[in-house]
Amino acid sequence: MVNGLFPLSVKGALTRRRGKVLVGPVDLELDGQGTCVVLGPNGAGKTTLLRMLHGIARLHQGRIDWACDTAIARNAQAFVFQQPVMLRRSVVENLAYPLRMHGVPRREAMERARDWAGRVGLGEEMLERSATVLSGGEKQKLALTRALIQEPELVFLDEPSSSLDGRATREIEEILTTCSAAGTRLIMSTHDMGQARRLADTVVFLLNGSVHEAAPAEVFFAGPKTPEAQAFLNGDIVE
Amino acid sequence: MVDLWQGLSQAFWLVITADAELVEIAMRSLRITLSALVLACLIAMPLAALLAIRRFRFRRTVIAVLNTLMGLPPVVVGLMVYVLLSRSGPLGALGLLFTPTAMIMAQMIIIVPLIASIAHQSLRDLWHDYHDLLISMNVSQTQKVATLLWDARRALLTAALAGFGRGIGEVGAIMIVGGNIDNVTRVLTTAIALETGKGQFALALALGFVLIALALAVNLAIHGLSRTERDGRW
Amino acid sequence: MKQKLILAFGAICIAGMAQAAEVMRMAVTTSFHNSGLSEVLLPAIQEDLDLEVQLLVVGTGQALKLGQAGDVDAILVHSKAAEDAFVAEGYGTHRREIMYNDFVFIGPSGDPAGIADASDAADSLQRIAGAESAFVSRGDDSGTHKKELSLWAAAGVDPQGAWYNAVGAGMGAALNTASGLNAYILSDRASWLNFGNKADLALLFSGDPVLFNQYAYLPVNPELHPYVQADLVEKLEGWLTGERAKELINSYTIDGETLFVFNAGEAE
Repeated sequence: MVNGLFPLSVKGALTRRRGKVLVGPVDLELDGQGTCVVLGPNGAGKTTLLRMLHGIARLHQGRIDWACDTAIARNAQAFVFQQPVMLRRSVVENLAYPLRMHGVPRREAMERARDWAGRVGLGEEMLERSATVLSGGEKQKLALTRALIQEPELVFLDEPSSSLDGRATREIEEILTTCSAAGTRLIMSTHDMGQARRLADTVVFLLNGSVHEAAPAEVFFAGPKTPEAQAFLNGDIVE
Repeated sequence: MVDLWQGLSQAFWLVITADAELVEIAMRSLRITLSALVLACLIAMPLAALLAIRRFRFRRTVIAVLNTLMGLPPVVVGLMVYVLLSRSGPLGALGLLFTPTAMIMAQMIIIVPLIASIAHQSLRDLWHDYHDLLISMNVSQTQKVATLLWDARRALLTAALAGFGRGIGEVGAIMIVGGNIDNVTRVLTTAIALETGKGQFALALALGFVLIALALAVNLAIHGLSRTERDGRW
Repeated sequence: MKQKLILAFGAICIAGMAQAAEVMRMAVTTSFHNSGLSEVLLPAIQEDLDLEVQLLVVGTGQALKLGQAGDVDAILVHSKAAEDAFVAEGYGTHRREIMYNDFVFIGPSGDPAGIADASDAADSLQRIAGAESAFVSRGDDSGTHKKELSLWAAAGVDPQGAWYNAVGAGMGAALNTASGLNAYILSDRASWLNFGNKADLALLFSGDPVLFNQYAYLPVNPELHPYVQADLVEKLEGWLTGERAKELINSYTIDGETLFVFNAGEAE
């Protein structure tokens, strides 16, 4: 996997809605090493920031530059939404969908889909069932696998396990760890400190739409620079 | 009440003996409405999908107009098509007036807004769900339309069947542009109108019952073909 | 199962393809069609001339309109004034009388206005107006309607009021309404005899010569509409004024009653 996307340069990026600033201005440099966790309480703007980076939220100011051409950049990324989007099809058809859309012939696409399904533990008996009847954890796993099947360079994950139970969360994190080890870059958001500690190589702390701090994980957890970040780490309610 | 029973028994008798004239007009009814339906779907459904996906300035107006057109009186459509196809009219040279083709055209105009409106509503809801994912995946416009149409196929089927119902029972437009010519453009509904006008109520009712049975058969066939209600998930 | 249904659909489509012999289109009035005479004449025409005549059964007004627009090749109607105007304005080449039948007054069997004893048509109408008995009018500018209006005019009565119902429909539909309202109505004899929903209605008055109803054949002007099949139209005219037609028309009966009298003379 050629690392063509990074380094990512974000300068003065800002997004508004109905006149009110949601996120920004944000200045950020990401070198794409390992997993970057965007951390912050609910309402901080984590989802919006991720969407801005991926290019599905409009920038009203500033710029976001990948190392390569913007058109190629989008194709090398995938996004897993907080509420997983299930196509009204079977599980295996959901998995095969991105491949089919990019021209992979049907048989090959279905084979690869089944292969991946096996790898992440989506059982044989589930494959032909409608994706919409899966449990929350299974849906999220499916969405994640559907993202990974495209073999992207970078995967965005918006609160991937916020509505999942412990077991499902562990399964998701296992998949993420495996992928990260295989070289896929991850940018994920979470308000779960424990998850951040477990997975992060880099931390971006976001509060009220502003980036308070961006640092390697050990550095951040050892001593956050801002009082709000410290309060958050202590488990206080931060506004 | 007597007419109703007479009508039922006459209908039964006509069907059992496969009355030649009945078969002819029933087949013509089906042919015209099904042709109009297929053509209308080919126009209305992609139109509905595009309307759901694209944001443009007059979208709300277009949707409102489409909804209004659903209530267009068929006889008015018939008159307009007549004026177009009349020998004295712009398309007169085509010689289409008083042919089944003219009837198909008129029915198509009537059912396209209906199918498009109903389809659009479901496609819009579905697009609301799919929007982020498909954009993130960089799917092309054509692929978006195709994905929506395929995944919404159950709802689209309902829209199509609504269109079929409207078409098979329609009489105003096809009476004017078809002329109800015996052996050429007479169908079940125009025959019913004719017999009613002659005071032959029992026969008219009989034809009506046949029409209802025919429509039911088509609906069941389409449901059978599309294997709905199989996994308990519609 | 799927295949069978697709085959069925295909069969329906193929079955619909008709083979055309010589074909012409003629607009005729509902009263002519309702008499049932066309069902006798058309097969004979097919046999003798190898000509398929497609009939559009509409009101006189619509028939004239179709003729004006050139959507039919000829028309057969029964409204002399309108026909003369049609020819005068150049829409038709000429007018050829074919046959006549008569109009009759239909009404509730109890005859509240007492027209069964009327001296003539005008007297009948005066009695109906005087009694303000329910009356149904075609109201559709048809030959029958125009006849009715001329009769009111001749009787010196202007039909106004709730008792006078103009329905705007064909003969059969108007008879239905009269049946439902138990009202008086002017009808051509043939439509009445063929009408299937008589209920309490009965034939109360007939025979006044002013009630005779002349049918005429008008070819649409080919100079105005070049694609009109003038040769077929002429062939049909020849047949309609010939011996076979005379025989079929004069011998056509409903319940033993003759309806039409053939009276085609030399061409005008």
